[in-house]
Amino acid sequence: MRQRLELTVNGERREAYVEPWWTLQEVLRREFALYGVKSGCETGHCGSCTVLIDGKAIKSCLVLALQTRGRNITTIEGLASKDALHPIQQSFLDHFAFQCGFCTPGMILTAKALLDENPKPSEEDVKRALSGNLCRCTGYVKIVEAVMAAGGKRNDTREST
Amino acid sequence: MRPFEYVEPANLTEACRLIADYGDRAKLIAGGQSLLPILKQRLIAPSYLISIKNLHELDYIRENGSDIEIGALTTHHSIETSPLIKEKFPMLADMEGSLGSIQIRNWGTIGGNLCHADPATDPGPALVALNARVKAASVRGKREIPMESFFVSYLETALQQDEILTAISIPYPPAHTGSSYVKESVRFGERAIASVAVSITMNGKKSKEARIVLGATGNTPVRAAAAEKIYNIGRNSGTEEAAGAAAEEAEPRSDMEGTREYKKQIIRVITEKALSQAAMRAQSPRKGVAF
Repeated sequence: MRQRLELTVNGERREAYVEPWWTLQEVLRREFALYGVKSGCETGHCGSCTVLIDGKAIKSCLVLALQTRGRNITTIEGLASKDALHPIQQSFLDHFAFQCGFCTPGMILTAKALLDENPKPSEEDVKRALSGNLCRCTGYVKIVEAVMAAGGKRNDTREST
Repeated sequence: MRPFEYVEPANLTEACRLIADYGDRAKLIAGGQSLLPILKQRLIAPSYLISIKNLHELDYIRENGSDIEIGALTTHHSIETSPLIKEKFPMLADMEGSLGSIQIRNWGTIGGNLCHADPATDPGPALVALNARVKAASVRGKREIPMESFFVSYLETALQQDEILTAISIPYPPAHTGSSYVKESVRFGERAIASVAVSITMNGKKSKEARIVLGATGNTPVRAAAAEKIYNIGRNSGTEEAAGAAAEEAEPRSDMEGTREYKKQIIRVITEKALSQAAMRAQSPRKGVAF
């Protein structure tokens, strides 16, 4: 039987009636039309379905929707402001850090959680943090560079003020 | 996934009652990082899923007399980053940091991992080496199970159908104890091809007690008894000899990750590495830190 699920998605209170076996990924895509939440392997390996739950990166295909009652969810759709991309999104653009773009939302959200916790990560920190996100086009060099630069940028701003 | 009913008890007492009532028609789910994949593959199809993920009373890390107690619903990432764990059991923090990806560590719990009892995951061997105990609760009462007898077979634990794992208790080791966890995997954070957890208590330059536990080589984590014996004799060449003995007595299976012979070589190398690191930590002059 469907149960009521109430949660906050990208800053908005949302509700849906969901079957107990629906994952968070299915609810975000089907019920809320947030197609930036990609559906890749659906077994927790590829990381393309990554979203933030209360600020932490999680694989939404491995989370039952009903377990997230009352939680705060951020998807890629929630990052940019009205007139500007989020600095990490901008950095991915500046560094050409994608080709097909399928892994990008997951990469960016994982990177955001990392930079929120550790604003100036080492290259090793970035590689470890992104180890649960697979990219099958470019390899990872540009992606790591983009994340490092986004982290550095925040620090540069802080230092110059 | 096959359809099931979802119930969310408000506290541990209610959870114990539900699992007792539903019996084997129900499965407990914590973070579900091991359970959801097998539900999706329809390897299991319970009629009821009892979610305890949001029982915050089981999410804690605290000192309890001469033990550190970790609530069953503490996430891997909380353990990895806990100042108390990093200070007292750096090996546990290292182990948790190498478990899966950050996404898995953020939602997956230590209790869920142990109850799944996959011999290739990391916490099992580490907690056997540290001589931990698990605490279980049911409507019939509470009991403690030594970690060493908790794993019964592949994906099988000593828990009864109606029991819930509530906490892990790790005793503070004696002075001059050091421990280490080393695993070999295809990529960082992946399942172990082979792993080893070591805890050594030193008496001067000699080992008083070594616990050497191999992961991913059998149906459960296994102590390398011959290797421990050789190491405890305390010869200069003890580290290499013990590592050789561990490789000798291990019974890894050939699979897509490597042949039996290859895995035995890996076991020799990682055991030597873990013993050296643990011995170094045991001899560390830092006072009051039980590595």
